[in-house]
Amino acid sequence: MSFLTEYAFIIIPIIKVAILAFVVLTVDAYLTWLERKVIAHIQARWGPHRVGPHGLMQPLADGLKFIFKEDPLPTNVDKTTYFLAPFLALTLSLTALSVIPFGPQQFTLFGYQSGIGVAEVNISLLVLFAITALAVYGVALAGWSSNSKYSLLGGLRSSAQMISYELTLTLSVVGVLLIAGTFSLRDIIQQQDNGQLGLLGWNIFGFSKDGVGFTQIIGFLCFYIAAIAETNRVPFDLPEAESELVAGFHTEYSSMKFAMFFISEYTSMITISCLATILFFGGWLSPFPASWTFTHYLPSVVLIPLGLWVIFDGTRYENVLGRIVLPGLGAVMAAIGAALIVFPVVNDAIQGVFWFLSKVFVFLFVYIWMRGTLPRFRYDQLMSFGWKFLLPVSIANVILTSAVVLWRMH
Amino acid sequence: MSGALVIFFVLAAAAVLSSINLIVQRHPIHSALSLVVVMVALAGLYLLMGAEFVAAVQIIVYGGAIMVLFIFVIMLLNAGEEERTNFSKLATFAGIPLAVAVTGLIGAAIARSTLVLPAPQPSGALTSTRTLSTLLFSEFVYPFELTSFLILVAILGAVVLAQREN
Repeated sequence: MSFLTEYAFIIIPIIKVAILAFVVLTVDAYLTWLERKVIAHIQARWGPHRVGPHGLMQPLADGLKFIFKEDPLPTNVDKTTYFLAPFLALTLSLTALSVIPFGPQQFTLFGYQSGIGVAEVNISLLVLFAITALAVYGVALAGWSSNSKYSLLGGLRSSAQMISYELTLTLSVVGVLLIAGTFSLRDIIQQQDNGQLGLLGWNIFGFSKDGVGFTQIIGFLCFYIAAIAETNRVPFDLPEAESELVAGFHTEYSSMKFAMFFISEYTSMITISCLATILFFGGWLSPFPASWTFTHYLPSVVLIPLGLWVIFDGTRYENVLGRIVLPGLGAVMAAIGAALIVFPVVNDAIQGVFWFLSKVFVFLFVYIWMRGTLPRFRYDQLMSFGWKFLLPVSIANVILTSAVVLWRMH
Repeated sequence: MSGALVIFFVLAAAAVLSSINLIVQRHPIHSALSLVVVMVALAGLYLLMGAEFVAAVQIIVYGGAIMVLFIFVIMLLNAGEEERTNFSKLATFAGIPLAVAVTGLIGAAIARSTLVLPAPQPSGALTSTRTLSTLLFSEFVYPFELTSFLILVAILGAVVLAQREN
């Protein structure tokens, strides 16, 4: 007992890191499944459909394939840097998630206060930007060390792109900082809590309780566009433009090292979605006024019909495995939904996490949606858009927000 | 030995070893990467002293922006390994004794110093953004603005140099 109280500050974070890493890696795996499914349906195809019912075991199959693939070392690579790059990319992207608070609860275990999230520091936002600033090394070094012209071009493009858009990314958040006056993500969320107006209190609308808020819609648009460029996703995926550069910076990587780049990209997507949720969309706050307690049943209202539909869909599935697995899965979903109605205490406790994850899911879906819809930018368009349009607009947003905040405070 | 002291020695060792590695390495990219490690280790030291804002800014500005630019330029020029020439006579006869003398001087100064700095208190009441910005724009406004002006001059210089061709 005394051992636990003495070392709780190190034991509890380690356990939380393990849980978070497990959850995030699983979510990453199923994000690839979701992405393939959604894009397939956008393009009127089925997507993964062979491994497991509705291709649900596809991520597992992909993972096994990554592990058992041969991992050849290209000639004349710079070995240290070549091995360092994927580790750097993966470590940094996973570290970034550690400062995100996923729910409002704070509890004290063995005299150590913690919340839902690994570490809540009062400079969480700066820590996130520090890690984003370092993230470019993974991509740049991979491109340089591979000793291949495609990789080098990909690495160069990505460093230039990430330097350019990082400015906008940072400046677009300044508006939120001016309103909140803190770098702590928890405080930024709490500052957006406007009990009576619900979602209007969020920074995107800006009717916060203390009355200094100002709509950050310009800031959000700049942030989201810059964030897509930072994560090298469509329409800013020039570092890995397959029609021009084979696969860009990770052309020469295979097997698990390729998978590490892949995982880091998806983890960055999750981090950015969490950040967009926290900064502009009120984090774990419900979009409804606090007095509307009936909205607390929304998780059940979503889960029970979804579960029933999965059961119904499963009974008609074409093979036996699907007819067993899918109804089982649906039954679990419906049971969780029903349990939430039966136990209101649990239901109230999960509200924050439910809203947080729902908003994050919407942003992740938008990422995939854009990949299915938009064509890639040309390189000069990318640069002139970033420097000549996005950067001035985000600076204008900073000036405008400061003026409004100053005026409202006096 | 307290935990903070252990972390201090780990970070200090990382910083010193990376600085040595920076000079020893023959490839510019490896040297630049060592410099990144130095920057990050320094940020860790700042954090240990309770200056978390400076630590974060150290990583964002030096570890991120500036060093990425270094690496970008090295990659763009595709600079190869540097070739070692023989030590110049001046370096052997004047440089080594001078280096020893300077090291000895600094070492002696530290050893004889009786100045005891109070240990920084990583207190619970951490500096708020508001306090920091108020300080920056009131008490330290002249150094702050002068630095910005210096950077502006540097940018103008770079633009002029780049446009000289036309």
